[in-house]
Parts: sequence; C-alpha cells; structure tokens
Amino acid sequence: MTLLVDVFTVLAVAAGIVFFIAGTAGLIRFPDTSSRLHALTKADHLGLGLVVLGLLPRAESLGGVLRLLAIWGLVLVSSAAAGPMLARLARRGARGG
Amino acid sequence: MSAAIYGLLGAALVGIGLFGLLVRRDALLRILAFNLLGGGVFLVFGAVARRGAGAGLAADPVPQAIILTGIVVAFAATTLAVALVLRLAAAKDRG
Amino acid sequence: MIADLLIVAAIVALALPVVLGRSAFTSVALFVAYGLLLAFAWVRLDAVDVALTEAAIGAGLSGVLLLGAARRLAGGPPVEDAPPGKAQVALIGVGCAGLAVALGAAILALPDPAPSLAGPVMANIAALEVGNPVTAVLMGFRGLDTLLEAAVLVLAVVALWALAPDAAWGGAPGWRQPRAADGPLALLARVLPPIGVVVAVHILWVGADAPGGKFQAAAILTAMWLLPWMAGIAAPPPISRAWLRILVAAGPVAFILAGFAGSALQGAFLAYPQGYAKAVIIAVEVVLTASIAVALALLVLGPPAEDRDA
Repeated sequence: MTLLVDVFTVLAVAAGIVFFIAGTAGLIRFPDTSSRLHALTKADHLGLGLVVLGLLPRAESLGGVLRLLAIWGLVLVSSAAAGPMLARLARRGARGG
Repeated sequence: MSAAIYGLLGAALVGIGLFGLLVRRDALLRILAFNLLGGGVFLVFGAVARRGAGAGLAADPVPQAIILTGIVVAFAATTLAVALVLRLAAAKDRG
Repeated sequence: MIADLLIVAAIVALALPVVLGRSAFTSVALFVAYGLLLAFAWVRLDAVDVALTEAAIGAGLSGVLLLGAARRLAGGPPVEDAPPGKAQVALIGVGCAGLAVALGAAILALPDPAPSLAGPVMANIAALEVGNPVTAVLMGFRGLDTLLEAAVLVLAVVALWALAPDAAWGGAPGWRQPRAADGPLALLARVLPPIGVVVAVHILWVGADAPGGKFQAAAILTAMWLLPWMAGIAAPPPISRAWLRILVAAGPVAFILAGFAGSALQGAFLAYPQGYAKAVIIAVEVVLTASIAVALALLVLGPPAEDRDA
C-alpha cells in the first residue's frame, strides 16, 4: 500500500514537473506575448495541480489536504486574474507602439 | 554544508549590492542595490543561525528572529527612500 | 546539495541584472523574482518563518511599492551626480569583489562548533507556553527588539507623512487608482480579501506553535487592503482620521503597557505573569498585527499627494 502511494506520488509530481518544464520552454521560445502567457498559465494550472495531487496522499490530516487544495485554488484564481491583465497590457502596448 | 553555501551567497550579494549602490546613478536602482546588500547581510545571519543548530532545533532561533525584524525595518526604510525619490521628482517637475 | 547550488546560481543570476539593468522597471521585476527565490533559500536554511516574511514583504509588498514607483518615475529619474568614469567603475568593482571575498573567507573561518542560543531558548521556552521558538524569541527573550521594531514602523509612517506637500496634508494617502469596474482585477479585489483575511488569522494563530506569526499575517492583511485600492473600488481613509492614527500606534502602546504590567507584577519590564504568558502574548500579538498591517499599508501607499485630482 505504501509502495503504491509512493509510486502514485512520484508519477504525479514527475508529470507536474514535465508541465512546468514545458511551460518554461514555451515562455522562453514562443514568439509573442499571448502564446507565452498561454504556456505559462497552463504550466501553472496543470503542473501545480499534478504536484498537489501527488502530495495529497502524504498529507497528515484532513486539514493538510484542505490546505493543499486551497493553495492550488488560490494560484488558479490569481493567475487567472493576472493572465488577462497582462494580455490586455500587451495588446495595448502593441497597438500604441 | 548548506549553511556555508548560503553564507557565501550572502557575501556575494553584499558585493553585488555595494557595487550597484556606488556605480548606478538611478535612485531607484540604488534602492534596489541597497536591498540586495541587506539581503546578503540577512543571509550571512541565516547561515550563522543554521550553523547554530542544536537542542532539537534545525537552526538557532535568535538570529532568525532578528532577521525577521530586520526584514520589516528594511522594508520601512525602503518605503521612506522611495517616497523621498518620488517627492524629489515631483519637486523637480515643478521647476 | 545540487538543489542548493542551483538556488544559489539562480539568485546570483537574478541579482546581477538587477544592479546592471538598463531600465528600472525590468530591474524591479527581476528583484521580485529574486525575493521569491530568496524565500527558497530561507526554507533550505530551516528558517520557514523568515521565508514566509521574505515572500510576503520582501517580494510581495516591496514589489507593489517599487513597481508603482518605477512607473511614476518613467519620465526620467531625478539624477544629480555625474556618471562614474571607467577607471572608477573598475576600482569600485575590484573593491566590492575584495569585500565579498573577505566576507566569504570570514564565513568559512567561523568557529566550530558554532556558538548557539538554541539550547537556552529550548530550556526556557516552557515558561512562555508557546511552541514556536522564533515566536518565543520575538515576544519573550528578545521582546524589547520587537517592541522597538514596532516603534520604528510608527516612526516610518510619521516620517513618510512629513513628506506630504502642505496643500495635500490631511488628505488620503497615495495617488488615485483608475477604477476597474469589471474585469479580472475588480473580481479579484472583491473575491480574494475575505479568503485572505481568513488565511491571515490562521497564520497569526498557528504562529504560536508553528511557522507564522504577526509579521506574516500583517503582510497578508496589508495586501488584502491594497487590492481594492489597486482596483480603484475603495479609497484609503484620509490621514487626518483619528482612528487611523490610533490604530497605527495601538500595537506598540499595547506592547509597552504589557511591559509595564510586567514591571509591576513580576519586577521586570516585559516579564510575563506566570501561567498567563501565552494569553498576554496572544493578546499583544493580535493588537500588534492590526497595527503593523495598517502601518505597512500606509507605507506602501505613501504620503498624500497633490496630484490626486489631476
């Protein structure tokens, strides 16, 4: 049982790291702001989500589980708010020169 | 071992911060450089705290508490410096 | 070990362009990233309390303050001095590198075993009835430092307000933000504060026994106050309000009163009565948190400005 949990954690966290690496590569390599933002927010949402998922079975209590989920939720909300704001700024900058 | 690495990082940050403070002319960059210098000093403190592990603790809590108050005081100094720069700029605009 | 080296390399890689960067705006953005990475360094140094403070104040509140200042100074910073010559820069570089090397050598030459106060702290922590040794140091063993530090914040607010132009005296602090009627910022400013306040109270409460405490909680409260201001949906109160001034001073005053109560009851300034230590500490911390939060917010907002209606 513990082995199964360990395997699950390693797989989920590793998958999360893959998304973070992909997102970072996109941030560096993509040509324009919109696609960079797309790469970045996807990495945030999915990468962190998978890391949190992998850590859930290791939480010591229900409170720990709720805290982990709250962290994910707060990052989702803040990056969902920051993404459109940055996109709007970038569009305004592109139009205004 | 990790204490020594971060202590050396603190020393490097002191050097970088002091260099920026002396060489850059932009007041805001000088404030940033001053903060880097402060961060370096705090890291040296943190390394000393880590070396002082004992009595079941991973680090000496006394320097850690002093770093905490230091960060808050450094922030207060930064806000004051920024306000001075902004006021200077506003006075200059008026001529 | 490899993780430490990676973190150190990343911090140096961010600190250098902060100092060498061409535009203040880029430097500030890099500085915020530097602050977040520094929080990682604090976790690696087993200083989780410091890491929380660094992330909240060193990266978060400083970021808001410095980004705002960089934008307002975009027209050109006030420069007075002549630029240093090439030889001068080289000389300063050599001097600073020498200083860093000397400091590094001193760190490597520190005595082994290291002197530590961890033992005395753990031997006496039971008397304070708190489980977090950093909180015990802040509120108990080095309580005077924390008291003076809280007083510094009050003095900083006074000094900042002294910079207000005569015409603006008594007005609302900071400049007016454009109102974001809808969109992500307005939504965030309405949704996040209730959650943030709960998180702040939680951080303050667990600070007695786990990493956390008044500085971290106050920084979160400050952010929750600044968010509606940044969205333009709530203006900060004018600095002439009596309640605002009382709130800023309440924390240090409560701390000093607790100190004198110690003098009267226990015979020493800031000595806590036996059996009630935790109750007194928590009570002082709650008032301090409110005071620090208001003071930090006022510090980020800055003095009242003349161009509020411009």
